[in-house]
Amino acid sequence: MPSARVKMVLGRVAQAVPVAVGVVVISFLLTRALPGDPAAYFAGPAADEASIAQIREARGLDKPLIQQFVIYVGELLRGELGTSISTGQSVAADLARRLPASLELTLTALVISCAVALPLGILAATRPGSWVDHLCRVLVTAGVSLPTFFTGIVLIYVFYYLLGLAPSPLGRLDFIYLPPERVSGFYLVDAAIAGDWGTWLGALKQLILPAVTLALFTLAPIARMTRAAMLSALSSDFIRTARAAGLTRRKVLYGYALRNALLPVVTTLGMVFSFTLGANVLVEKVFAWPGIGSYAVEALVVSDYAAVQGFVLAMALLFVVLNLVIDIAYALIDPRIGLT
Amino acid sequence: MAEISMPSARVEKAGGTLRHIAYVLRTNPVTMIAFAMFAFFLACGVFGPALAPYDPLASNAAIALQPPSAAHWFGTDNLGRDVFSRVIVATRLDLMISVAAVALSFLAGSALGAVAGYWGGWLDAVLNRLLDTIMAFPLFVLAMGIVAALGNTIENIIYATAIINVPFYARLVRAEVNIRRNAGFALAAKLSGNSDLRVLALHIFPNALPPMMVQVSLNLGWAILNAAGLSFIGLGVRPPTPEWGIMVAEGANFIVSGEWWLALFPGLWLMLAVFTFNLLGDGLRDMVDPRKRT
Repeated sequence: MPSARVKMVLGRVAQAVPVAVGVVVISFLLTRALPGDPAAYFAGPAADEASIAQIREARGLDKPLIQQFVIYVGELLRGELGTSISTGQSVAADLARRLPASLELTLTALVISCAVALPLGILAATRPGSWVDHLCRVLVTAGVSLPTFFTGIVLIYVFYYLLGLAPSPLGRLDFIYLPPERVSGFYLVDAAIAGDWGTWLGALKQLILPAVTLALFTLAPIARMTRAAMLSALSSDFIRTARAAGLTRRKVLYGYALRNALLPVVTTLGMVFSFTLGANVLVEKVFAWPGIGSYAVEALVVSDYAAVQGFVLAMALLFVVLNLVIDIAYALIDPRIGLT
Repeated sequence: MAEISMPSARVEKAGGTLRHIAYVLRTNPVTMIAFAMFAFFLACGVFGPALAPYDPLASNAAIALQPPSAAHWFGTDNLGRDVFSRVIVATRLDLMISVAAVALSFLAGSALGAVAGYWGGWLDAVLNRLLDTIMAFPLFVLAMGIVAALGNTIENIIYATAIINVPFYARLVRAEVNIRRNAGFALAAKLSGNSDLRVLALHIFPNALPPMMVQVSLNLGWAILNAAGLSFIGLGVRPPTPEWGIMVAEGANFIVSGEWWLALFPGLWLMLAVFTFNLLGDGLRDMVDPRKRT
């Protein structure tokens, strides 16, 4: 019955709306909860009385809070997040320009960590007490204790300074290469489209260390959840029935156990995304990665207020959308929907 | 007969709990190691300044950037300060930030969750919406935004860390209180004339404490990571105050020229502290609820 799935997907979309509204309200409060004068913050530390007054007038900061909120939402709907005082450009444009770098890093990291964590968790669950199981347990406990910024620094020391394998940890591309023509903003994709494999390799080399750093961080929760979910799926009645019916080991393991075990794993991915978006900020700072995380850190240093709050809001909305995608994916792969 | 058997049964029950804990510790030496390491970090936190061999703030340009040696176990930094002393002294600040933050979120989360779980209704609905909204933010990013909005101080780091942790406690308590709201013992307490608040606080809430303790221990490690991450990007603690996150950030500038000890030791120390709390949390979970062992 496809209608059950469609209904469920629509339900998830409807649930995301109040959350998105809540996110906007909280970020509005964050921009207005300042102990001092918001206009002075938006104008920056170098502003004089006249320009502060001008900003107060222009942004409607002298109006009542409700009215300010209406103005704020109106600006958001037009895609305006204010102007960054350090770059002099609109925050939305800055973020849009730097977002692909962060996404490329995050997605690569998630692909790496899923590619390692899922098989590891499955193997650990199917062979409890074996060395794979112990390895999984050690990795899981150590992984959640790793400060990402510290892992990144250790990797730089080992692979750049000691072994000389990695290029210097300064951004997305060594200065000997020209960035590829912008199509998607992902250097790997753009260089491949342009057919410039030298640049592609150069971009990949820069990407590996930060992506592995992030992947090490996200590996633990995914492996832990995969193992636990596989264990509980394997001990359930339907697996016993499938085994008793004489199905092959492969069919039982991947056809039935894994398909059910993937559900909690997909749910965990939402939490993992939350951590990754936060850890991104730290990793980008360590590797001088020109994404939105390092943009926010630079903005924090110079008290570039609009830029920081624009970043927080953008990340939160991105996260709401990601969670929505995950929920929909959940609805699509859940074998129980449509059976009842 | 009844008067005699009652206390003896109670003693036996307490002895049973102790025996159970001793059994869990014996069969799981890792938990015992975790307790020992916890005691070590606690000692560093309490006696830190007395244990440190040098003044953590005293710079001496003559011995700048020296690798680890017998005199300076963890080497010296670019200003000639002893890294070992700084790492030890920083323990108190890092533990204080995380303990204060977790205590705040424990209190706020307990109060909110208990009220929502016991009375339900619109209170519950509003609280759930609020928690959903907080959880809709990537938590570290929200903490950054809060600190940026409230001002760049250590107290605000604590508040920010507390706020992003509240949902975990509130949800846990809400669930634990909700399933016991109409339990026999709660209704009996109510019938014998206790007020709602009293039943909630003294009869129902204590049942939520064991799982809360596990959460606290796991959360402490996470709170330390969070605080160190915030100070790594330049929020909260200001140099020259010794703090693990800042020390790693300062050491990062020297890693590409090969001075590894500046960043490595504070980073390892931080990792060890987080690891201790995570192991402790896992161990506590085994004691509290053997079924949840993964």
